[in-house]
Amino acid sequence: MRIELTINHQTKSFEIRPNLLLMELLRQQRCYSVKHGCETGDCGACAALVNGKLVNTCIMLAAQADGADIITLEAIGAPERLDPLQAAFVDTGAIQCGYCTPAMILAAKELLDRNSHPTEADVRDALAGVLCRCTGYVKPVEAVLRAAQQR
Amino acid sequence: MSDDFNVVGKSERRVDAVKLALGKPAFVDDIELPGMLHAKILHSPHAHARIVNIDASRARQLPGVAAVLTYRDVKRIPFATAGQGHPEPSPYDTVMLDNKVRYVGDRVAVVAAESLEVARQALQLIDVEYEILPAIFDPQQAMQPGAPIIHDEPDCSGVYDPQRNLIAHLHAEVGNVAQGFAQADHILEREYRTHYVQQASIEPHIAITYLDEDDRLIIRTSTQVPFHVRRIVARVLDIPVRRIRVIKPRIGGGFGGKQEILIEDLCGALTLLTRRPVRLEYTRAEELTAARTRHPQIIRLKTGVTREGRLTAIEMNVLENGGAYGTHSLTVMSVTGSRSLSLYRCPNIRFEANAVYTNLPVAGAFRGYGAPQGFFALESHMDELAELIGMDPIEFRKRNVVKQGDETPIAEVLGEGREGYKQIIRSYGLDECIERGMEAIGWKEKRQQAASSQQGPGVRRGVGVALALQASGIPGVDMGAASIKMNEDGSFNLLVGATDIGTGADTVLAQIAAEELSVPVERIIMYSSDTDFTPFDPGAYASSTTYISGGAVKKAAVQVKQQILEVASRLLEDNIENLRCEAGRVMSVSGQSVSYEEICLSALYQRDQFQIMAVASHMSYDSPPPFAATFAEVEVDTETGVVRVVKIVSAIDCGIPVNPQAAEGQIEGAVTQALGFALTEDMPHDGQGRMLNTDFKTYRIFTAMDMPEIIPILVKTYEPTGPFGAKAIAEIPINGPAPAIANAIANAVGVRLRDLPFTPEKVWRALHQR
Repeated sequence: MRIELTINHQTKSFEIRPNLLLMELLRQQRCYSVKHGCETGDCGACAALVNGKLVNTCIMLAAQADGADIITLEAIGAPERLDPLQAAFVDTGAIQCGYCTPAMILAAKELLDRNSHPTEADVRDALAGVLCRCTGYVKPVEAVLRAAQQR
Repeated sequence: MSDDFNVVGKSERRVDAVKLALGKPAFVDDIELPGMLHAKILHSPHAHARIVNIDASRARQLPGVAAVLTYRDVKRIPFATAGQGHPEPSPYDTVMLDNKVRYVGDRVAVVAAESLEVARQALQLIDVEYEILPAIFDPQQAMQPGAPIIHDEPDCSGVYDPQRNLIAHLHAEVGNVAQGFAQADHILEREYRTHYVQQASIEPHIAITYLDEDDRLIIRTSTQVPFHVRRIVARVLDIPVRRIRVIKPRIGGGFGGKQEILIEDLCGALTLLTRRPVRLEYTRAEELTAARTRHPQIIRLKTGVTREGRLTAIEMNVLENGGAYGTHSLTVMSVTGSRSLSLYRCPNIRFEANAVYTNLPVAGAFRGYGAPQGFFALESHMDELAELIGMDPIEFRKRNVVKQGDETPIAEVLGEGREGYKQIIRSYGLDECIERGMEAIGWKEKRQQAASSQQGPGVRRGVGVALALQASGIPGVDMGAASIKMNEDGSFNLLVGATDIGTGADTVLAQIAAEELSVPVERIIMYSSDTDFTPFDPGAYASSTTYISGGAVKKAAVQVKQQILEVASRLLEDNIENLRCEAGRVMSVSGQSVSYEEICLSALYQRDQFQIMAVASHMSYDSPPPFAATFAEVEVDTETGVVRVVKIVSAIDCGIPVNPQAAEGQIEGAVTQALGFALTEDMPHDGQGRMLNTDFKTYRIFTAMDMPEIIPILVKTYEPTGPFGAKAIAEIPINGPAPAIANAIANAVGVRLRDLPFTPEKVWRALHQR
């Protein structure tokens, strides 16, 4: 079947098999920030912003995303020009293994886009869908609060 | 002693942080190889069975299937899956594919196909006829006469007594326990139980293998132990070590689960057979059934104590469940004894331990490596002893705990897999850990409040404490090496075999090099690790990277610095004694100076040319213990049995923290894993050995919303044997939370839980059985 997606501001049409997962399609399109962690939509490592909403792409069919506008971490920041959230993650030490970092940053971005002055509880709520086994969430939460202050 | 450094002790930005913040393709799976095949493993549905017949012909005929391997297609070469030094202290009880399966999830066959979908279909088409054998799930029954023998194959070796399912046995004694018990006013005997938990790195196990243009097997794998992978895979595939190259890119967490050769052998075998790239990745369900776990242990403690609160004898008896294979079983229970029994001055200690096979998932290495089990028992027990003699638990501990200058004789007797070496405590910050931790948790007032309000329904609060120590590497066993090469812009390539698996080790090692060479961290180009290019390192385990690999980095940097000074001495026409390195230049007492750039250009191009470069190795007979005091504040709902942790204070003496921010990160992460161990993570089975919690909905690790407040405290000491005064940090913080929580629950509601995890049901039952 054929679908059309806008991935990181580029609109393309794709010929896909109906059971292709959005996660698979995005990784095939070299959006390597979208990580495989669990296949059940529990760990959040495969998160992407689909029409501005944080979605676990491992439990969404690519076909379901037909016509959608998708943003992955590849569209955010550059080595010399980090997004304030990325800079805050780097500066606070919120990145350990880095496997859940893309999803954490996208989750935080979605939060800050709708709530520029979040409380710590708001931040924890926003990050609750992304499992991390390294940081205990202490420094990621600190990073998001710091980025919010600087916005 | 000095801790006045330029780079060490500063929270430098992590050397890999920017690429990870941008989501750059840095992990095993983030590459494209033309013609790559996808592999899937057929796992056993039975806990214990013999394969009477296996027929893969239907699978092989499926279009898109490139290869199927069963036990009939591979050589039978026994090995240990444990990534440990050579010879491994683990038994050689595993073969790549066997005609017998020993747990639900064991390997039966492996398929490589053009797509994952075809590979999955092919698994369905492999016809296996099993002869079901009686299975054993209870470690206490495993050694009984008449129990089914799990490893009856004649070619396995290194098993203590396969006829009794006994993987390993340990016995160690210091002093005379009979005498010690005779001197005691009170003797207390208790039993504690720890359960199966899983490392649960968010990145599952994954390997991608391919042949390069020289027909060498390249293994790109998510591992903690690239050099052990090379050695062990060479053995299993029966090819020379020189034909294998292992590449470790960024790793998405390991925690011990990747100190194992779990899939690299199968993946490599498929590449050798098909001559094509092969990708093999575990699903989360496979991680939670067929990867590795923490060893469950039943620990019996018998202790003697005087009225004044002096320990006279400790007897610790461990029964450890190794699961279906014996990987790490011996050394894990040896660490259980050597760490926990080193914490207190007690003249008479007896340690006895047995590890047994069961038809359950395989236990392996997991952060703490036996110590969390040992300290859960010991530190729960210390509170029980204090209560028995009517003494404050902190006061009681202070009377018995080791001090600076003490030796830890049990660690010497037990060693790790073989006899150890004399250990003397040189750096010691435990007193300060206790003091600062008490203050941060509000110990005195909260402890009393709880004691006065234990009765009646409602939510009760309490606080608890636990002390712990760990080690810094395996003394006399593991050696790490590093090489440093200078470039003409005054930068340095630092190559280490050490494996940053997300810990920040690359940054810490770069800081050690930068400090010695008097340059900022940006001048260090860090690379880890690739068995072709980086010198040997055992890998990321046993809290060894900062202490052992860091020792090697420092030595290599000292040699490079000497070469820099020699060249500078020629350029400045001045004696080396008059020169010193500062901020990327060599300064002379006469006021002249020359930059590193000029020095390197001269050495490479102009005069007496040579490459400024050095390689150094480091091994240590010392393994200085880091210390910890952990404090927990909990709320217990007496109506529901729900335990909510309000706050954890984790005060750690890791010597000089090379990167305080990274050290805090280690504490925060370890504490969180320990919270799961104490409260929510569990791997029950259905009675037939089938795991019930096979996804993150049921295997519940803490989320950002579940977290208590965590207060990490770094207590600085200076370890004279460590690089710039450093000791280890990675494992020590995981030991304390479970016993501290148990002690806090006892303080809140007056019940003692000795069986992990503290689920609402268990707590509720304990409350109602009073």
